[in-house]
Amino acid sequence: MTVSSDGALIHARGLRKRFGEFTAVDGIDVDVPRGEAFGFLGPNGAGKSSTMRMIACVSAPSAGTLRILGMDPLRQGPAIRARLGVCPQLDNLDPELTVRENLTTYARYFRIPRRVARERADELLEFVQLTDRAGSKVEPLSGGMKRRLTIARALVNEPEIVLLDEPTTGLDPQARHLVWERLFRLKQQGVTLLLTTHYMDEAEQLCDRLVVMDGGRIVAEGAPRELITRYSTREVVELRFAADAPEDIAGKLAGVGERTEALPDRLLLYADDGDAALAQVQQRGLEPAGVLVRRSTLEDVFLHLTGRTLVD
Amino acid sequence: MGSLAVLEYHLVGYRRTWRGSVFSSFLLPLLTMLSFGVGVGAYVDSGIGGVPYLDWIVPGLIASTALQVAMGEATWPVLSGFQWVKTYFSQIAAPLRVVDVLGGQLGFVLLRVLVSSAAFLAVAAAFGALHSAWAPVTLLLVLLIGAAVALPTIAFSASITSDSYLALLFRVAVIPMTLFAGVFFPVESLPPVLRWLAYLSPLWHGVDLCRSATLGVAPAWSATGHLLYLAVWVALGWLLAHARFRRRLLD
Repeated sequence: MTVSSDGALIHARGLRKRFGEFTAVDGIDVDVPRGEAFGFLGPNGAGKSSTMRMIACVSAPSAGTLRILGMDPLRQGPAIRARLGVCPQLDNLDPELTVRENLTTYARYFRIPRRVARERADELLEFVQLTDRAGSKVEPLSGGMKRRLTIARALVNEPEIVLLDEPTTGLDPQARHLVWERLFRLKQQGVTLLLTTHYMDEAEQLCDRLVVMDGGRIVAEGAPRELITRYSTREVVELRFAADAPEDIAGKLAGVGERTEALPDRLLLYADDGDAALAQVQQRGLEPAGVLVRRSTLEDVFLHLTGRTLVD
Repeated sequence: MGSLAVLEYHLVGYRRTWRGSVFSSFLLPLLTMLSFGVGVGAYVDSGIGGVPYLDWIVPGLIASTALQVAMGEATWPVLSGFQWVKTYFSQIAAPLRVVDVLGGQLGFVLLRVLVSSAAFLAVAAAFGALHSAWAPVTLLLVLLIGAAVALPTIAFSASITSDSYLALLFRVAVIPMTLFAGVFFPVESLPPVLRWLAYLSPLWHGVDLCRSATLGVAPAWSATGHLLYLAVWVALGWLLAHARFRRRLLD
């Protein structure tokens, strides 16, 4: 997919963010057209949140070009923020206010008249399924409810772009699916979504296009399926062996599939036809104790690109 | 105006607690008047400068109430805005400027100062402790005192990440000022070093102005000088607080 940079709602060239000696974002180019759901993937410390903060106009770029909605975040921050919705990584709702008051007071920051604010709060509570909690305080709500309320708050100004920093981190599966479903509906309404995540299933579910960041740089860019085709094989065979170490087995599999990766507990065999590759494994007299043939996922791409070393 | 929207947010929260807060705003001065007027006052036969002791300390108590409310509202709530509830970060994500976030917070602090001081003034009037038609001017003076102490305190609260420093602030600033800045006795009775510390404190200037207003007597120092000195605290405090807020909210 080609994107003309002049039509982009978000346009970055050589964007950098330094904190003293530390470079958090090291020269990235991004173009996000209207209506797209765009993801920033990467391990902790990859520069995702720093990038999001610059796009949210609360952090000045150290170098490079950044244009949001055609405006300069350094000089037109409030004008840009008037058209953004921000759902931060950690909820910053007021626990002492009611669910509805959190929305109506926030709406006032956008100069929305009180009557309109109340109407919009009711619509949004309906949208995130919190209508029956409208009058209760935020404090006792579950994590999923708070997250939905934060998303509702980000929509109170009917934003053109919604920024979501790890929107489902810490939520249980039901709550995650509800959030995804609401975000998908926003996307259908034509809202441009920008999200960071380290959940690959989330990126596959929601993103039309994404970039994988590592060490402040973009290491890959494309649609989820494109990235899988480019950086992985169509299928992956996961092999478990009772006694032998995966590394020893890997040596015996030269020429089978495209490549192998030995993990402490299992061997990954990347191949376009998993069943055929498995047949070859068995022809070589190897008898795995457990076998799983599956399609490649974005997680395979992610681990391939950013490594398996733990980053904290 | 963005700061009005921020003030409105603080008021929505206050709506839940204002009854208790207003009640205690009246209760505290009432108890103080009884204790000092009837209790301590009975031992201070001569009064001070020809004024009954109770009437003499009332303006000081009003000013020190302004100080305490201002400092209370400028400490934990501000720290929480950055550290716990993180309200300020949600505000700066909206089309508000640092000025709006800070201005709205200051507006709320001053409103709390005004309510508490007005309650004290009303109780004092009921006890016949106000001697001058200038007494209502006290309500403007407490706003000045409030801003003069709240703004540097807000700057301090915006610079720390743990509330252990706040208890220290009350021990080294609020309590000594309350005791030695001319609230309970004239600073002239202090040895020179302490007297000069009292002169440096914003509270003494506020107390002297309030006393002048409620008793209708000339201040111990130039009224213009007092006002200018407090204005300097306000101006420097604002610059400092704005810089701290900016640094913490926008990087």
